[in-house]
Amino acid sequence: MQLTGAEALIKSLEQQGVDTVFGLPGGAILPVYDPLLDSSIRHILVRHEQGAGHMAEGYAMATGRPGVAMVTSGPGATNIVTPIGNAHMDSTPLVVITGQVATGSIGTDAFQECDITGITMGITKHNFLVQSAQEIPRAVAAAFHLATTGRPGPVLIDVPKDVTQSKMDWWYPSTIEEYDLPGYRPEIALDEDAVDRAVALIATSQRPVLYVGGGTLKSNAANELLAFAERTGMPVVTTLMARGAFPDSHGQHLGMPGMHGVYTAVTALQRADLLISLGARFDDRVTGKISAFAAGAKIIHVDIDRAEFNKVRHADVALQSNVGAALRAFDAAGAMPASMDAWWREIRSWQETYPLVYDEPTLEGPLRPQHVIASIAEKAEAGTIVTSGVGQHQMWAAQFWDFEEPRTWINSGGAGTMGFGVPAAIGAKVGRPERTVWCIDGDGCFQMTAQELVTARSEGIPIKVAILNNAYLGMVRQWQEMFYDERYSEVYLSADLPDYVKWAEAMGCVGLRATNLKEMDDVIDEANKINDVPVVIDFRTDSSEKVFPMVASGASNDDIIVHPSQQGRAL
Amino acid sequence: MSPEPFLGTTSHTPVRHHILSVLVENKAGVLARIAGLFARRGFNIYSLAVAPAESHARFSRVTIVVDAESAPLEQIVGQLDKLVNVVAITDLAPVDAVERELLLATIQTNTANRTSLLDTLANAGAAIVDVDPGAVTVMLAGTPASCDQLERALESFSDVELHRTGRVALPRLGEAAPQ
Repeated sequence: MQLTGAEALIKSLEQQGVDTVFGLPGGAILPVYDPLLDSSIRHILVRHEQGAGHMAEGYAMATGRPGVAMVTSGPGATNIVTPIGNAHMDSTPLVVITGQVATGSIGTDAFQECDITGITMGITKHNFLVQSAQEIPRAVAAAFHLATTGRPGPVLIDVPKDVTQSKMDWWYPSTIEEYDLPGYRPEIALDEDAVDRAVALIATSQRPVLYVGGGTLKSNAANELLAFAERTGMPVVTTLMARGAFPDSHGQHLGMPGMHGVYTAVTALQRADLLISLGARFDDRVTGKISAFAAGAKIIHVDIDRAEFNKVRHADVALQSNVGAALRAFDAAGAMPASMDAWWREIRSWQETYPLVYDEPTLEGPLRPQHVIASIAEKAEAGTIVTSGVGQHQMWAAQFWDFEEPRTWINSGGAGTMGFGVPAAIGAKVGRPERTVWCIDGDGCFQMTAQELVTARSEGIPIKVAILNNAYLGMVRQWQEMFYDERYSEVYLSADLPDYVKWAEAMGCVGLRATNLKEMDDVIDEANKINDVPVVIDFRTDSSEKVFPMVASGASNDDIIVHPSQQGRAL
Repeated sequence: MSPEPFLGTTSHTPVRHHILSVLVENKAGVLARIAGLFARRGFNIYSLAVAPAESHARFSRVTIVVDAESAPLEQIVGQLDKLVNVVAITDLAPVDAVERELLLATIQTNTANRTSLLDTLANAGAAIVDVDPGAVTVMLAGTPASCDQLERALESFSDVELHRTGRVALPRLGEAAPQ
């Protein structure tokens, strides 16, 4: 069967089971958009290519399936660089297809030419510049294989226009050998010796902590984690990328560690004699000053990526494995710590003294952002998916929304990409249409990617967006207040400009506003009743509110700053 | 792959230079991927030699002499191995390797320096590969140390143009052979 390269590309995506592509056409990718009309694949037409990338990420994080985005060459390609970098930092499986100028024009500075494979070399797991139509099926199959196996990540396929326009004899690789990836070996046998050494370390531990990272979610190991944690009785912390991997309601869960982590989670890591790191990478936002991090702890480091071992922290036992297989091996070997009675007593006393708190809101407002989040959460049905942008609102959402199941918390961790929330929510809702999707956003973040609400309205994707509008780039403001003598430099945004309600309405959404507690309750109820169009709520929150606890940048986690109402408390 | 898995402890090798013999797919951009990785991770390359591997047009061999003080060797190898086009990495400590390098140099000659130049070349075991009335081009294929020695010896001559290829290496016999 003879096909054009463009037809082969679409057919290859169908072959991979792709149901949705997020994208925006342009000159170089034009040929591919023609056969797309005849395909079963749903295309979501975005308003900016960055939106396509973050939607694909939201889709991938909500479903566990790779997200697919398609854009044109030049600025289309460079506009999706931020999502690619974001997906690379958070190990999100993406396949990004970019149009490219015709092969004969490459290197001539042709119209809308850019070296996107060169640009994304350092922020993709791999990328391809396809040289002939005949190679398209192999490139697509290989891209999906690379994106979804081992440590997942973004893969880019750059397809020149003459390649999509020329003819090929249809074929599709049926075996991994045909992918032609001689250097790629994601599967490795479990190192039984390392398992034995880990089990021996666990047996001597009296103060262990399960340090759960995003890899636990990537490897779908939440069930294994629950079984292992409950059998051994160990305390659990879940990092920003792992929220939802272990139920927040579980008695062994201490919460999120890190710069804005729960006091008990941060301190348990500091005082532990053993950390079992499960798909976590000792990120600086978790460790604080690395030389002072968990100084008395031995480390069992489980990761699918061996380059993570000893990168930041020496591993006493390094076990290259996906998290589920490692936990099953630990269980099979009967891994059990020594008595943890004293450890749990200590942990409980921290929890009692330093719970997560915020100041009570007053009736007339302004609203407390933490209270807004808790109120939305309280009124949300079980299994609601939450996305966020980056900043104070993100930390409050991670702190005050209780996550009970995997893939219900979607945010930008490693890269810290402002504007992630709205498009990620759209992607998540496309992937899990039966779920309610809330985006907890900040006013600064919202302004970066809000235009995608036009996409949401026109494509019938009814997400809910809560803007915690404190009129500031709040996290930067917090740092300037605490570390720059309250010298506020370029952080004021205004609560009224833009008018978020009018903006929402102009984009075809329902726009609501709340300035006091009564209005807050009313608009949340109203938003919950709307299921056909996107809803945007402008919550007017207290500008001076800060995220606590906090570990200052570069400080030791021992020097954690608790909420002002708890300062000076004795344990 | 190296015969030893790079797991376990961080090894700051006492030997400053380490040789990585890297088998890569012979595809466009592979060298850029390797160079880019070293640059963005802050690993230092001391020398680099690239050529098609054995008889396979499909693969090339890149011999990289790395500065193992700039980063733990385990990190360099672990990150390098994640490049999809990298097929196999053999890590050779200099003491376990047979290393050779090619040096080419053109030296301006005159009656005053001719004798001492010939002595220098004879001592180094270098061969003359090109001559004209005013200059001579010589080559030495030898250990990096012997190339260093000749390079230093040639410093006493003026107007020397000298190129070195960077080293290639194979394990000493008796050590595990690269795959």
